Amino acid sequence: MSMTQHAEPAVTTPPAPGRKDSDGRTARRSLAIRLLARPEVGVFLGAVAVYVFFLITAPPVRDGSSMANILYQSSTIGIMALPVALLMIGGEFDLSAGVAVITSALTASMLSYQLTMNVWVGVVVALLVSLAVGFFNGWMVVKTGLPSFLITLGTFLILQGVNLAVTKLVTTNVATDDISDMDGFGQARKVFASSFDVGGVQVKITIVYWLVFAAIATWVLLRTKYGNWIFAVGGNKESARAVGVPVAFTKISLFMLVGFGAWFVGMHQLFTFNTVQSGEGVGQELIYISAAVIGGCLLTGGAGSAIGPVFGAFMFGMVQQGIVYAGWNPDWFKAFLGVMLLGAVLINLWVSRTATRR
Amino acid sequence: MDSSSPSRSRRIAPVVAMAAAVALTLAGCSSSSGGKKSEESADGASAGKASTPQMTVALVTHQSPGDTFWDIVRKGAEAAAAKDNVKLVYSADPNAGNQATLIQNAIDQKVDGIAVTLAKPDALKDVVAKAKAAKIPVVGLNSGVSEWKNLGLMEFFGQDETVAGEALGNRLNSEGAKKAVCVIQEQGNIGLTQRCAGVKKTFSGTTETLYVNGTDMPSVKSTITAKLSQDKAIDYVVTLGAPFALTAVQSASDAGSKAKIATFDLNKDLTSAISKGTIQFAVDQQPYLQGYLAIDSLWLYKNNGNYMGGGEQPVLTGPAFVDKSNVDAVASFAAKGTR
Repeated sequence: MSMTQHAEPAVTTPPAPGRKDSDGRTARRSLAIRLLARPEVGVFLGAVAVYVFFLITAPPVRDGSSMANILYQSSTIGIMALPVALLMIGGEFDLSAGVAVITSALTASMLSYQLTMNVWVGVVVALLVSLAVGFFNGWMVVKTGLPSFLITLGTFLILQGVNLAVTKLVTTNVATDDISDMDGFGQARKVFASSFDVGGVQVKITIVYWLVFAAIATWVLLRTKYGNWIFAVGGNKESARAVGVPVAFTKISLFMLVGFGAWFVGMHQLFTFNTVQSGEGVGQELIYISAAVIGGCLLTGGAGSAIGPVFGAFMFGMVQQGIVYAGWNPDWFKAFLGVMLLGAVLINLWVSRTATRR
Repeated sequence: MDSSSPSRSRRIAPVVAMAAAVALTLAGCSSSSGGKKSEESADGASAGKASTPQMTVALVTHQSPGDTFWDIVRKGAEAAAAKDNVKLVYSADPNAGNQATLIQNAIDQKVDGIAVTLAKPDALKDVVAKAKAAKIPVVGLNSGVSEWKNLGLMEFFGQDETVAGEALGNRLNSEGAKKAVCVIQEQGNIGLTQRCAGVKKTFSGTTETLYVNGTDMPSVKSTITAKLSQDKAIDYVVTLGAPFALTAVQSASDAGSKAKIATFDLNKDLTSAISKGTIQFAVDQQPYLQGYLAIDSLWLYKNNGNYMGGGEQPVLTGPAFVDKSNVDAVASFAAKGTR
């Protein structure tokens, strides 16, 4: 593990600019090994391997619009994988992240429709609801000291039930009403779900958001005090507290960041598909967590990066759509997906072990 | 109690002002189009109420939560229950073992009748036998058209999934389609597999299967887009549920494909897509009718000893085609969520 990902030095000094040859742990290593030791390099190599593999076996992948489609699928996973990864670096995780996306979309849709409001009112209220869910998760974890697995499992079930019951109660159906003819919809669609032309290829705007969010998250993690706090609370909560890191604030804000991500992806879904089915989203939390873990975030916290999950999400999108582009027998679809991902994780593991052993 | 202390009213005043401001802001944010205000407030079907003594009927399905299709089945059952003075106990679980437990629960409650879906008939065999032993009449609906008699059910209401698939395949022939892709949103679901198999059987062109992750719409969209750009020869996309058909329309436009869309099952957004012509047609198995008849049949049996289908033949509720020619007649009912 390189020093940039380590908890203790991160507490007191901004880690990235502080790299010097005089540092005892990195001085004797070559540049290649230093690179390999970064948590995102393994997944980067895995992603390249998967990409090259499909470039050879699935000719349609070479087309620009196919890549735009793969990146679109990756971005809807990736935007959520980012805050989920930061939360994991901070030593917690969130099982309610998948259904929270749907909760947000349902809130915005039903509020605007039932009260016949401009859809932006729904969008803003949905943001507040999503942040509140995140705050609740974080506050419960901090106050009770229970594992976030238990707390967020509870939230997951609550949200799943509330999504269904409230939607049914309000709309008398299990899906929301079409809001595409309402005021503000066109604007909101431009913001959350538009696409633009790049050399004749339609590129979805979520891809831009995804990369921008990843850049911001990387900067926050590596260059700010808050980034240090995240590594510190994930590495060792008690010693972090001892040196003055606001543990409760950091953890609660990380959960709220996941809420923000859920809101964003939820708005994208709402303004792409006009309606939302209340039963969706179940199982997505595991895909977000997988993308983060494949991206080099430890399940135990304290290590990881923001760029790793970008490649993790890309790998998901690439494998999932690559199998379709290759035209393979779809009965094996899930099995292919599993084998590819396991393979990628093993490359990831092998690379980081080789790098840290020397 | 003197409540006119100045300090308190001074504290309340800003709050009231804030609330008023928020209310005014919200009023200013009203949408001038769409929304609840434009929705017609039409009442559901209602046909008086039977004067027979109240009976209790359990409806136990394999519904997964939040699915528009099952919501329509349940509404049909509720309408029949309201008319027949029946107390309806609804429960559902997609896991066959849990569904069996729910049926056992109904037996223990000593209900007057049970309606079940037979998505996984083998798992429900024993518990259905127990209901018969307890002298509770059992009818089947939706799935299990080939198994209901073997299990000793009294009547059955639903469509034969294979027959429905075959009907859709024939329709594709008459539309002049050459290559269809059948989109399955839940890998390993028997009914969905039978539909695609039926399409393949009668369709004279080529049929391919595509699996998508039904709980994640963006991934459904990308996967169909990927398939359409991988195989430009595809000229028809067949989906097995209404929400997936609406998504497939976006996929086709993203992939720059000319493929047309057809689907199984309806909902209210789908009917408007059919009248706009973005979706060609839907095969409707009339879920409302399935729920309605299942409950009504148990009431008829108890109060008049009747058997629908003569106790020998299933009562088929589909396949009924909804396309541009008849969608207007269906649309007003679909808007209420009952078709």
